[in-house]
Amino acid sequence: MRIVTKRNGLIALLILAFSFPYIAQNDYYLHMLTLSFIWAIAVYGINLLSGYTGYLSLAHAGFFAIGAYSLGLLTVKAEMNFWLALAGACVITCVIGLLIGLIALRTKEHFFAIYTLCVGYIIYLVIDKWEGLTEGVRGLIGIPAPGSIGPITFDTAASQYYLVLLFLLAVIVIMYRIIHSLTGRTYIAIRNSEDLARTIGISTMKNKLTAFVLSTFFAGLAGALYASFIRFIGPDIGSTAIMFDLLMYLLVGGIGTLSGPLVGTLLLVILSQNLQFLQKYRMLIFGPLLTLIIIFYPRGLAGAAFEWQRKRRDKKLSMVRADMHMKAEEG
Amino acid sequence: MDILIQQLFNGLTIGSVYSLVALGLTLVYGILHIPNFAHGALYMLGGYITLSMMTLYGVNYWLAMFVSIIAVGLLGVLLERFVFRLLRDAPPLHDKIAAIGILLFLEAFAQFVWGADFHTMNSPYGQVVQVMGLTFTLQRLLIIVAAIVVMVLLYLFLKKTYTGSTIIAMSQNREGASLVGININKVAMLTFMISGGLAAIASSLASPINLVFPGMGHLVILKAFVIIILGGMGSIPGAIVGGYILGFSESLGATYVSNDYKDIIAFILLVVILTVKPTGLFAKGER
Repeated sequence: MRIVTKRNGLIALLILAFSFPYIAQNDYYLHMLTLSFIWAIAVYGINLLSGYTGYLSLAHAGFFAIGAYSLGLLTVKAEMNFWLALAGACVITCVIGLLIGLIALRTKEHFFAIYTLCVGYIIYLVIDKWEGLTEGVRGLIGIPAPGSIGPITFDTAASQYYLVLLFLLAVIVIMYRIIHSLTGRTYIAIRNSEDLARTIGISTMKNKLTAFVLSTFFAGLAGALYASFIRFIGPDIGSTAIMFDLLMYLLVGGIGTLSGPLVGTLLLVILSQNLQFLQKYRMLIFGPLLTLIIIFYPRGLAGAAFEWQRKRRDKKLSMVRADMHMKAEEG
Repeated sequence: MDILIQQLFNGLTIGSVYSLVALGLTLVYGILHIPNFAHGALYMLGGYITLSMMTLYGVNYWLAMFVSIIAVGLLGVLLERFVFRLLRDAPPLHDKIAAIGILLFLEAFAQFVWGADFHTMNSPYGQVVQVMGLTFTLQRLLIIVAAIVVMVLLYLFLKKTYTGSTIIAMSQNREGASLVGININKVAMLTFMISGGLAAIASSLASPINLVFPGMGHLVILKAFVIIILGGMGSIPGAIVGGYILGFSESLGATYVSNDYKDIIAFILLVVILTVKPTGLFAKGER
């Protein structure tokens, strides 16, 4: 009976995640972890589209911002209930995502990347310039914290941490179910060869569109959570800088892997918090890191770990085989 | 009427700069099929190198520009040799991400070395000239003339010299070029060198009428992408024509539509083009 199994590891991680507020008595760490969970949800969205379906989207910071601003506007200006506004923000992001996806997905490869980069920039410019709605560069202030559900309130750092953690877990479970279903296999087939996928009767456009809308949904959800957690948003959250940050989390963790987004986001957020003095110049390290990772470990840390595991297993197998071979010769 | 002519002249100036940047981008795309997101950072670096040569060493404008062309060109060669060559057989996603990594690094680097401030570049051609009711600085005229000279030189190089035709050959068919004995690695490095040099020329010319700062390449590179999609990815005449079209539409849009939203014109143009024709205008066959 082995103790170090995948299942036990996951249970240990879950226990650690749930007991973290009691272990860390410091609100600062809790805040940082909550924030990185929020980013991780957005990164899962990008991963579904870029990692599994093979379409590099550079517009997701824009969808993140749409989610954040929808929640902000619905709660501040329309004075809606938080939970209604959260659902509303997700719906708004999905509808905009659907409309953009319908057009964007007609393009492929480089064109898609450039197209989405421009879409992201347009979203940013619109938020920045449309002062009547979004308050422009002044930003949106006074977004309420998540409202209470019956007796459960979300005023403390720990309660918000649990809320975001639950959303993150839900997202991971959804991702797991998608990837291990026929739908997920379909996405991977499209990534590997779209022409081949179409030949075997997959409706590529329909599948790409659902992947796109789902990924914008995750980005929008993350944005809405971000808005209610930070309680102040400015147009900067839709900028390309954020997009590249998210992309880096994904790449370092491992694009096209289930654990990658979480690993990458946690690692890089914690790293950059500890390298505060580098804040302005952190790209001096992270930029080359991104390039090196894509050259040498194209599937990031998670991919490298799989590779290492596989090699070890192969080695063991070949040793066992050699052993049997020797015994057979002796006998 | 005067405003119209003035704006057309301004459009010509901006268009010249866009064309030069787009040319570098399209050359690299034509040969290696890499959308080089780092091209804007090369543009930015070119501006900074020219500026520091002029302010720190008191070098003459043209000499400073020459140093900048060589420096950025060599940087381009390094990028090809140590990044993009290693990724030649990788999925297309990887080039793009590597280019983004380089972009992030170069921007942080510029901020580290020169700070985040805005700098002005004083060119020796700041005089104001008035010709037939048109008012402009000599620098703007210089941009237009220099851009045309560079384009003609590039054309002659590509069409009339042996080395130039190897670039054309490789953009037409990589395997074919390698079969007839063209050294693909050399051509790729040369192309990156030219591309970097063009970016340096463009920014050295444009900096005196704009400003030099770490983010100066952002909008330019995005617009250059719009231009090469407009003109057909990898097409050289397309990049030139597309550059001027965008230049004109922006300067006219700024006057007659809205100055606030003039930067959005390019992106709306792109969204419309790709909506109607997903593989870009003038796409060469179905891929």
